[in-house]
Amino acid sequence: MTEIDEKETLRPTKEERKKIFRNLSDIEIKRLYTSKDLDDLNFNYPMDLGEPGKFPFTRGVYPTMYRGRLWTMRQFAGFGNAQQTNQRYKFLLEHGQTGLSVAFSLHTIYGIEADDEKALGEIGKEGVSIDTLEDMETLFNGINLSKISTSMTINAPASMLLALYIVTAEKQGHTPDKLRGTIQNDILKEYIAQKSWVFPPEPSMRLIIDTIEYCTKYVPQWYTISISGYHIREAGSTAVQELAFTLADGFAYVEAAIERGFNVDEFAPRLSFFFNSHNNFFEEIAKFRAARRIWAKRMKNRYGAKKPESMRLRFHTQTAGVSLTAQEPENNIVRVTLQGLAAVLGGTQSLHTNSFDEALCLPTEKAAKIALRTQQIIAEESGVADTIDPLAGSYYVEWLTNKMEEEAEAYFEKIEELGGVIPAIKANFFQREIANASYKYQKEIENKERIIVGVNDYIQREPCSTPLLKIDEKIAQEQIQKLYKIKKTRDNKKLKEKINSLKEAARGTENLMPYIIDCVREYASIGEIINALKEVFGIYQEDSIF
Amino acid sequence: MVNQRKIKVLVCKPGLDGHDRGAKVLARALRDAGMEVIYTGLHQTPDDIVQTVIQEDPDAIMLSMLSGAHNALCPVIMEKLKENGIDDVLVGIGGIIPDEDKTFLEKHGLKGFYGPGTELKTIVEFVKNNLKR
Repeated sequence: MTEIDEKETLRPTKEERKKIFRNLSDIEIKRLYTSKDLDDLNFNYPMDLGEPGKFPFTRGVYPTMYRGRLWTMRQFAGFGNAQQTNQRYKFLLEHGQTGLSVAFSLHTIYGIEADDEKALGEIGKEGVSIDTLEDMETLFNGINLSKISTSMTINAPASMLLALYIVTAEKQGHTPDKLRGTIQNDILKEYIAQKSWVFPPEPSMRLIIDTIEYCTKYVPQWYTISISGYHIREAGSTAVQELAFTLADGFAYVEAAIERGFNVDEFAPRLSFFFNSHNNFFEEIAKFRAARRIWAKRMKNRYGAKKPESMRLRFHTQTAGVSLTAQEPENNIVRVTLQGLAAVLGGTQSLHTNSFDEALCLPTEKAAKIALRTQQIIAEESGVADTIDPLAGSYYVEWLTNKMEEEAEAYFEKIEELGGVIPAIKANFFQREIANASYKYQKEIENKERIIVGVNDYIQREPCSTPLLKIDEKIAQEQIQKLYKIKKTRDNKKLKEKINSLKEAARGTENLMPYIIDCVREYASIGEIINALKEVFGIYQEDSIF
Repeated sequence: MVNQRKIKVLVCKPGLDGHDRGAKVLARALRDAGMEVIYTGLHQTPDDIVQTVIQEDPDAIMLSMLSGAHNALCPVIMEKLKENGIDDVLVGIGGIIPDEDKTFLEKHGLKGFYGPGTELKTIVEFVKNNLKR
């Protein structure tokens, strides 16, 4: 009886909704997966999965996973000035958030001072506006930096923001060894996808390795880079490309640190990752599982890691901003729930769930609270956190995990053929792959090969009634005035000496972190430090391909 | 004589915003629709944009803005175009532009306002049907 049923289901002549089913990475999905699919892949439980907390970490990086401790609920937030954002942080902490995550204003991200003409209209719009130590002190006012972990989404000026954080903590009375947090500090994906670069790749890599070296010595609990696929995906890549390009960036950082003279086990435990969780549920879960396995194998086999901590891929996840629709925005709550669930079933260490209004504006307080509540409901009510890697052994999930790994490996080969990540960036390889994938995706939506509810099907046109968060234009003027005041009251002579020492050191090969710390302590603006380094390092220009 | 010249469009990213997915997808769609497309790349100041417009003489400029800087930057761009005697070029905008900002931007001569989820063919038609020359 069972046999007949199976035959019936596998028969390919039945009418189906689509001729071919494909996921977002263009992998063809079969009608049914059985044990034969795993046999075909020579699937081997101890080799391919192993136990949670053990090599190759496919089932998770810790032996108890969420039974021990839930993931960190870390909502990315920042807008307006330091004072406003400080209030939002206190609001989120009061509602059960367990870590902070700072979104910076665009001018801060590029190291441009608030009064620069390039900052016109940008101040406080996409994140909190920070120029000097004074802003940083306000941002964390009343928040004990030895008790909380803070993630800072900052790249080109990452070393400067780390310096600011260290000095802010010092002023609160905490030594750097007490500090826990992450700087994104992943410049390679900036050239590839997010585009907030300043310097050319080579000096940028030097700054990153400088922060790794400094933290290894003085800020041992700090995660020195968050190697990020999130932005690659948001820029339009597929899940496989996100997986492959992110891990390839990771390999490039490891190789650069080894070249600086580090043993891989000295720094690798403090590397972390940041992925996107998009709409295709099982594809995302397979991606997370494959990422852990690929990283573990590469760290052990290629880079000779000995410590298990060096092989463990730990990651933060954010649900896909790009999947949010401006049409019927409340539906986004459901999308975010599914994406957040995929991240949890994929074994994430921390999670940001997007607010439903983000296709329209920065999140309002109400929307930010619903997003946090979504995680709490997944954690406390659904039961999915009660057992580890519950989808392991599923014929489909294991097949897909292997398939993602296989396709990522093919990309690694291609990147190696191009001479590595930086040459591939300069040849626009990643940029072109992403542009092609995003155009194809958009075409599929327009041809209704993919349905987005409320956008290209089930459309109901009604006026948008979502309340929006507006940033007061006064914020910009106030930020500029604050900067002027600091510049008048600080010891400018002393600062000039510090800036000159920094430039001098930049011309040599010394670690720049102590010099940067000296500058921020004297209330140098991030822009002043960036400009000093631009004189030595130059700037990056990209080709405008599409 | 039949005018065989292709419609020429400048796709443009003003300000510091790095979200260029939409701009690139649009640039390609306009090109696939038979237009000549120039993409400025990122981080364009109003002066950069006006310089490119003077050099390239496009029929339309399509601005893509997602960072919230539109109310500050668009009036400056429009003013500088006018100062340079450029008044026969269609200027369209897309990205994250809240409804309540539309009237303000319309007063400054901007059109379009295409947000997330807009079909590409809608924007292609918009360009074809709203040219000023």
